[in-house]
Amino acid sequence: MSQVDYDLVIIGGGPAGLTAGLYAARAKLNVLLVEKIVPGGQILVTDWIENYPGFPEGLSGADLVLKMSEQVKKFGLNIETHEVISVDFSQAVKTVRVSDKAITCHTVIIATGASPKKLGVPGEDIFFGKGVSFCATCDAPFYKDCIVAAVGGGDTAVQESMYLTKFVKKVYLIHRRDQLRAAAILQERAFKNEKIDFIWDSVVTDIIGGLTNVEKVAVKNVKSGETRELVVDGCFVWVGIEPNTQFLTNDVSMDKYGFILADLNMETSAPGVYAAGDVRNTPLRQVVTAVGDAAIAAFSAQHYIESL
Amino acid sequence: MAEGILEINDGSFETEVIQSDKPVLVDFWAPWCGPCKAIAPIMEELVGDFGDKLKFTKFNVDDSPVTPGKYGIRAIPTLILFKDGEISEQIVGMVAKSKLEESINKIL
Repeated sequence: MSQVDYDLVIIGGGPAGLTAGLYAARAKLNVLLVEKIVPGGQILVTDWIENYPGFPEGLSGADLVLKMSEQVKKFGLNIETHEVISVDFSQAVKTVRVSDKAITCHTVIIATGASPKKLGVPGEDIFFGKGVSFCATCDAPFYKDCIVAAVGGGDTAVQESMYLTKFVKKVYLIHRRDQLRAAAILQERAFKNEKIDFIWDSVVTDIIGGLTNVEKVAVKNVKSGETRELVVDGCFVWVGIEPNTQFLTNDVSMDKYGFILADLNMETSAPGVYAAGDVRNTPLRQVVTAVGDAAIAAFSAQHYIESL
Repeated sequence: MAEGILEINDGSFETEVIQSDKPVLVDFWAPWCGPCKAIAPIMEELVGDFGDKLKFTKFNVDDSPVTPGKYGIRAIPTLILFKDGEISEQIVGMVAKSKLEESINKIL
């Protein structure tokens, strides 16, 4: 067994990955955490977290992650920056391939999270960061007194649209159905907000602009087929999330959306491979649920290693 | 402010970036931006590796809105690499160190 690099490799450095790392490091496992960019994940763009226990005043997502990073450093967690390209879970010794090497290990925790889904329309990629945004809390201050489009009808779309109205003159909230999916209390607040103009039964088909800025969005009514253009300075997209599982093929079982299926021990269909946080098929995606998953996954990995 | 990173604004942009002899990396950021904070350590590491050949700057978009407007910046972090006063590459959002090294090596 001496030729195996690590007991455990954790893929992803958001709240789930860092928590798994914390538990594994404290359990004195030989562990490596692999992160694509820097520790953080989606939570970095959350401007204020009020529902993470222990912080009655609330704190920013960035500060919470910073504290988690400090905590894992204290226990000596080894973190490397790599993007995982592929994995092989078919043998007892698993392999995680990054750009310049293959890392071998006995167990893996997948904690790669999820990313905002794109609309997939012309203009979306060209104008990303120049009028197209997936995050009001990051980019809303650039739209002071502007008119913007927002796409979606779920909790995120409604909540973020309301946040936008602190800055903008007007939000066109474009939704493909004739009613919102968002929680009742959010809907109630949104309908009362005079800056939000609802465009029902409609989809954005094109994002149009000049060299460096968005000027219009083309909108199509899915019932009547009628199309029109709205003059806007930006377009915010909140049409759901998708799991970050591009490096997986048929390595573990997933649901039809690509979220990883795991049992009560967070174990996937591959023995010794666990999933934690937003990447997992789970009814709730919050920091508290991600860190809970991660603690269980690390505990399960430890038992698996001890039984080898 | 990290050592080796020059703080610039609307007033000094022309002199420090457009007229710079060396290529320049401008990191457009704001205090309320979580991802900007998160990539700060990458910037500091890059200063260590490329600080003699590339000028590293930070530009607070809250204090100086004119230049970001001119370059169509509507999201941060936005990193722009300038060579001879012209944009060589504009990168939006969080980015891995290896990707930045690649972009920097292209203009050096």
